[in-house]
Amino acid sequence: MNGVHDMGGMHGFGAVAREANEPVFHADWEKRMFALVSSLLGRGLANIDEFRHAIERIPPARYLASSYYERWLEAVETLLVEKAVLTRDQLAQASGRACGDVAPATSPRADVASPGDSPSKPRARFRAGDRVRARNLNRIGHTRLPRYVRGSRGVIIRDWGVFVFPDTNAHRLGAKPQHVYSVAFAAREVWGKNAHPRDKVLIDLWEDYLEAERDSRMSATRPARRSR
Amino acid sequence: MSGDHHDAFGQGPALRVKALEALLTEKGLVNPQALDAIVDTYENRVGPRNGARVVARAWVDPEFRKRLLENATAAIGELGYGGPEGGHLVAVENTARVHNLIVCTLCSCYPWPVLGLPPVWYKSFAYRSRAVSEPRAVLREFGLELAGDVAIVVWDSSAEIRYIVIPERPPGTDAMSEDELVQLVTRDAMVGVAKVNPVARPR
Repeated sequence: MNGVHDMGGMHGFGAVAREANEPVFHADWEKRMFALVSSLLGRGLANIDEFRHAIERIPPARYLASSYYERWLEAVETLLVEKAVLTRDQLAQASGRACGDVAPATSPRADVASPGDSPSKPRARFRAGDRVRARNLNRIGHTRLPRYVRGSRGVIIRDWGVFVFPDTNAHRLGAKPQHVYSVAFAAREVWGKNAHPRDKVLIDLWEDYLEAERDSRMSATRPARRSR
Repeated sequence: MSGDHHDAFGQGPALRVKALEALLTEKGLVNPQALDAIVDTYENRVGPRNGARVVARAWVDPEFRKRLLENATAAIGELGYGGPEGGHLVAVENTARVHNLIVCTLCSCYPWPVLGLPPVWYKSFAYRSRAVSEPRAVLREFGLELAGDVAIVVWDSSAEIRYIVIPERPPGTDAMSEDELVQLVTRDAMVGVAKVNPVARPR
């Protein structure tokens, strides 16, 4: 989803503020929150993609106004209610809230087809040196394809092997295992002429996020080039 | 900033977390002692000292460095470090010409087994938004000015691979032992927002 969590390249957040002698946790409730989530994910309450998506589904204004562990709290409450482990009434009563104050459990949606059973060792479509383009996908559901790179041309640097596909896994639509590649994008390709000519952004992208550059729109106006 | 210390809900998160823990304990889904152990691990046992050991070992042991760059998960495992967020570790090495910087723009992915839990600035909206688009400006805020002929490689941790930067070994450290080198290596240098400072020569 094109959520506010997808922050790469956004403006307006100011300078990076640091804290001297920062503790690991800033309050006891943060410790318990961290441990609760670790424990619940370890028990299989939700997979990591479902948890990340539950954070992303926090309405943007509240996402921005919440701290890191407040977002974890809201996400885990959402998942517990959606999975019928606890009810909103129980959460409200136990913490002295009105039921309406408990995080709304927005229904998850996905616009990816259920893949059914995929081969567990799919073949790699790309290899190091291949020119690719990040596809212009605007998924309603979970994705790990950052907005800032969509449509940009890059080069495959390395094949990291086969991983579960977040876009389906977050919605319990199957693992759809596929290769993940380290893809290098010139900073100027992504950010324009003001970027430093030597700088690069390397992003780890699932195969479904990529197309061969010769297939892309740009190459219709220019002869397709291959690295070999 | 990202509003990291206030309550957006008009309801203290402390009370909500306490209620949640009580409900889940009652249902037998979590065990408070197991939660204590998790907290203890990340407060006291896992932290950037682990990563500093990895870096120092790589500086003094060329064979280890080679294994680390080829398969960091296995090489780091040799030192006894691993666990959550450490299943697919990758070490990237700074040189005189290339400077590596780690970020996670979509959330706050971080190599827990070697660096512990991330500091608030790493999780901040300012860092997540700007590290990919204006890394040189961000580094300047950390007091690091890189020359124009140095290439910056920003690694956006968008999948399950977790990165650690192997900083350059500073001059004046040839005679130092691995244990002494461990003391020099900072968390910030292993994220790529700092270098490891040269050591003043003893008089």
